[in-house]
Amino acid sequence: MSEKVKVTIDGITVEVENGTTILNAARQIGGDIVPPAMCYYSKLQGSGGKCRTCIVKVSKGSEKDPRPMPKLVASCRTTVMDGMEVLNITSPEVLEARAGVVEILLINHPLDCPVCDQAGECDLQNLGYEHGLQKTRYEFERRTFERIDIGDKIQLHMNRCILCYRCVFVADQITNKRVHGILNRGDHSEISTYIQQAVENDFSGNVIDVCPVGALTDKTFRFKNRVWFTKPVDAHRNCDHEKCNGKVTLWYKGADVLRVTARKDQFGEVVEFICNTCRFDKKATADWVIEQPTHIDDTSVIASNHYETLKPLHVIQPNQALQDANEIELLKTVKY
Amino acid sequence: MGRKLLLEHINVPGINTLEVYRQKGGYRAVEKALKTLTPEEIVEEVKKSGLRGRGGAGFPTGMKWSFLAKPEGVARYLVCNADESEPGTFKDRYLMTYIPHALIEGMIVASFALGAKVSYIYVRGEMMPQIRILERAIAEAKAAGFLGKNILGTGYDLELYVQPGGGAYICGEETALLESLEGKRGNPRIKPPFPAIAGLYGCPTVVNNVESIAAVVPIINDGGDEYAKIGIGRSTGTKLISASGNLVKPGVYEIELGLPVEEFIYSDEYCGGIANGKRLKATVAGGSSVPVLPANLTLKYANGEPRLMSYESLSEGGFATGTMMGSGGFIAFDEDQCMVRNTWNFARFYHHESCGQCSPCREGTGWMEKVLHKIEHGHGKMEDVDLLWDIQRKIEGNTICPLGDAAAWPVASAIRHFRDEFEWHIKEPIKSQQQNYGIANYAVPIEKAPVTEEK
Repeated sequence: MSEKVKVTIDGITVEVENGTTILNAARQIGGDIVPPAMCYYSKLQGSGGKCRTCIVKVSKGSEKDPRPMPKLVASCRTTVMDGMEVLNITSPEVLEARAGVVEILLINHPLDCPVCDQAGECDLQNLGYEHGLQKTRYEFERRTFERIDIGDKIQLHMNRCILCYRCVFVADQITNKRVHGILNRGDHSEISTYIQQAVENDFSGNVIDVCPVGALTDKTFRFKNRVWFTKPVDAHRNCDHEKCNGKVTLWYKGADVLRVTARKDQFGEVVEFICNTCRFDKKATADWVIEQPTHIDDTSVIASNHYETLKPLHVIQPNQALQDANEIELLKTVKY
Repeated sequence: MGRKLLLEHINVPGINTLEVYRQKGGYRAVEKALKTLTPEEIVEEVKKSGLRGRGGAGFPTGMKWSFLAKPEGVARYLVCNADESEPGTFKDRYLMTYIPHALIEGMIVASFALGAKVSYIYVRGEMMPQIRILERAIAEAKAAGFLGKNILGTGYDLELYVQPGGGAYICGEETALLESLEGKRGNPRIKPPFPAIAGLYGCPTVVNNVESIAAVVPIINDGGDEYAKIGIGRSTGTKLISASGNLVKPGVYEIELGLPVEEFIYSDEYCGGIANGKRLKATVAGGSSVPVLPANLTLKYANGEPRLMSYESLSEGGFATGTMMGSGGFIAFDEDQCMVRNTWNFARFYHHESCGQCSPCREGTGWMEKVLHKIEHGHGKMEDVDLLWDIQRKIEGNTICPLGDAAAWPVASAIRHFRDEFEWHIKEPIKSQQQNYGIANYAVPIEKAPVTEEK
């Protein structure tokens, strides 16, 4: 039986497995105290630490060594210690630093949400609203790129890429042939294939799902509709690919399946990666066994016209502070 | 005359060859270490010496060695960081060029102390002459039985390799160096784990600077206690300083730590004063990444006491009135130098060298450079100074590796100490293109006459 440690995040104590990161400990509590993450992806080994949006203040290192950590730390890569105390939304320093990160991320990411095909599903859009500034102080020319078709199903538009490396990790870890990666360095860095090769392998479509912004998009769906006009439905099929279990979300407009994606959890991460056949080639209702409407968070723009009964967040253990926090969270989700 | 430990025989003809190096007492430390000392005793001597890392961070070397994990059946590595590429720092290149065997001897002793059977010297790719010099010296040492199997009949085996680096500044950061050494893109790793636990190929690894490793030789020859007698306080021993800028005699000097800064700049033994009879305006004491200091705070503390060339003295007063020893890249600026232009120049370097892995450094360094370019070229706005201050604050401490801090500190210190010069550039865009701000407008102008040393 593995050892448990206690960590307190914004005054809420939770008991987690030893070796859990601060971010994942916060995710076990849920609500506003979960730091945002643009590059971390729990399903991808080695991800995280790069975007710096999840930085938090460790005001007490542990019971054994209560000294605070001198700098803000990336919560997605820092593991908890027993007795650790972490400040996230209760630290003005963290909020200021995070606003700074947002401003910096938006330097080379255009706020062209009305145009971008990721509108409504963009993590950076949400991050900008929740943690950013009203305007940017950057006044120089942005870098621009031509759109590149990497294969017949995926389009890359580097203008919107925030270099989170998630797609590179997917290609490294999920597919059997990586033909794209990071070229150049500094703010000249870009995602690219080797001399615009096609990304062709059974799982390549997953790079689209992990992209937090609109840099990698599905050409079979691109600009066919806005996501908030579609109706997501959980479905499955007996997929004969050994690594794919065929569990997906179908995105309907009327009777047509416009898009197929992997299912995502409450943190926007793919639950299980799916193969390209399920994603790109099975667009008929007859291909699928329909399960139920997909749960969409009430705070998401996609939730328009999707009505569900609201439930309080999961309570891990009897803890008044935690329950109070959960009730506050619940109140925020109540529709008036 | 200051005591010399590393450069004592620098002027001896042929000191770069094994034969002459041995005639001058070379490889005594290897014989002593391997034949009479245990690895633990060597680590203890280095601890006693008080030697601090000469690459910039100044962490106690012996303590760093003692952190090395020693799991059974797992290889351990020593890696020498010879990727020196900070603007203003060129001491390691000098040492490797003229006394390569000092580094190789130190590598053998340190590898033995750490239990490494294979060690690497990671040299910046552009330093091809130094790579050839080291390879030749390694071949000489191997032929003489100081490397390879069963060194000096002691049963200890060591293979030493020189690895050319990728030619990127970031590869001098120890974890990026390890990535590069493994043949990958030179991106810094996120710590923990630290290299002492999981370094090269996932094995426990110590990464030390060239000068730190070379300093192990006199420590073993004379004992850690003797070494600790040199210097001042916790800044023990000697330090190589690469002096550049507007000095009468720029070059590489070996100083005893604790030497007054004023003496280092103005005495004939060292830099010989400011060139062309000009006055000193500012200095960068430890390579371009450390805070720049105006002349008055370079020579004296805020309370008027003389400032010394030591880790503690240079950092006295924090960043408000102090700086850092860093890698010992001492740059002097005379009264004709433009601090805005210099700051822009440093910012250009860090923008160019950012690896691009984490957002504050990738985007923030470029932003700072563009704002500085604007101010320097007469297109600045008054709020740009505060904007610059704000950008550097967003970078400092928020990045994966210290390159973000290295980019932020020169900008922060330039604004802190020379804000009026930045504002003058903005208020007088045309005049600032035609003439320098100088130091005439400073509240405390500094004028130092050269110090004549008593012989």
